[in-house]
Amino acid sequence: MQTKNYIAVNEFCISHNIEISFISALQQTGLIEVATVDDAVFIDADQLYQVEKFIRFYYDLDINLEGIETITHLLQRMNAMQDEIIMLRNRLSLYE
Amino acid sequence: MEFVDYYKILGIDKTATPKDVKTAYRKFARKYHPDLNPNNKDANKNFQQINEANEVLSDPQKRKKYDQYGKDWQHADEFEKQKQYRDQSSNSHGSGFSGGDFSDFFESMFGGASGGNRGRQAKYRGEDFNAELHLDLIDASKTQKQTLTVNGAKIRITIPAGIENGQTIKISGHGGPGMNSGPNGDLYITFTIANHTKIKRSGDNLYTTVDLDLYTAVLGGEITINTLSGQVKLKVASETQNGSKVKLKGKGFPVYKKEGQFGDLYVTYEVKIPTNLTDRQKTLFTELSKS
Repeated sequence: MQTKNYIAVNEFCISHNIEISFISALQQTGLIEVATVDDAVFIDADQLYQVEKFIRFYYDLDINLEGIETITHLLQRMNAMQDEIIMLRNRLSLYE
Repeated sequence: MEFVDYYKILGIDKTATPKDVKTAYRKFARKYHPDLNPNNKDANKNFQQINEANEVLSDPQKRKKYDQYGKDWQHADEFEKQKQYRDQSSNSHGSGFSGGDFSDFFESMFGGASGGNRGRQAKYRGEDFNAELHLDLIDASKTQKQTLTVNGAKIRITIPAGIENGQTIKISGHGGPGMNSGPNGDLYITFTIANHTKIKRSGDNLYTTVDLDLYTAVLGGEITINTLSGQVKLKVASETQNGSKVKLKGKGFPVYKKEGQFGDLYVTYEVKIPTNLTDRQKTLFTELSKS
């Protein structure tokens, strides 16, 4: 059975010097998922990289949530296209 | 030591207010931030430059020093001599930021990016490093352990069997050091897999073409073919057509990160018509053609 590593949102926000409302807003827009256990809110450790990236977008680059959503969507599309290019290049080598 | 015009980098003039500096920095940071430009070396370099410019121009003390000495080389040299003298008498200079991309000019003026923590905006994630690793197709079919040297540090990595040509893996925290307690960047390794065999790969499946003599193609028989893991005996059905394919299940490439799972090997038969026939053989073929 796989166990998940959770990080308490309270502690995470203190260590990153950010407001808890920002994490709530990310969750409400569907950008991240949080888990609630006994009234305490947690983030899955697997999402840490994404959350930290959103923090940089919001606090360092002054990008609002709508902008973050758009960027995330476009980056996902870009990554998918890059993967497709690699896959097609590799397939092309079959005919070269 | 080359003079770097931080005002020019941020596209502002010397009378710019702190708000102008912040606005200009954010404008360029949104364009060149590594999070927004994954695997883009040029963007990363530009981001380092604007970060450096912002680090100086957003700090009143550093900006004052820069305005005083930066423009005039002679004064900058004097400053450098004084700094060297101070360095000799005290060993307390510098912080961890030793990345090669930080300009010499910036380091000589301010001794590394040790600036005080001014809250969230002063923390920056380190630069992501990109590396390329070349493997042979046969090597890529087996799990490999390799030691890489990144910025003088040795990193042991395990490359799982089945890695794809062009695939990039991320080694977290092994990129450039973060600024002002920011996290380290990541190391991205892109694999280039060279194929020196006659076997072609597409994903987890392998493809090969084997020559089949006419008699085996007509009557059936057994042939030996080369696979990545060695030679395999293959039964050929009678009346096999030229260009027909057979699938050898599980004889393909290992599936990435799925131990014990393999793709398939597709064998295409290329039937070879005999040449230099003897008279006797020609007669027999003629008889065959009439039968």
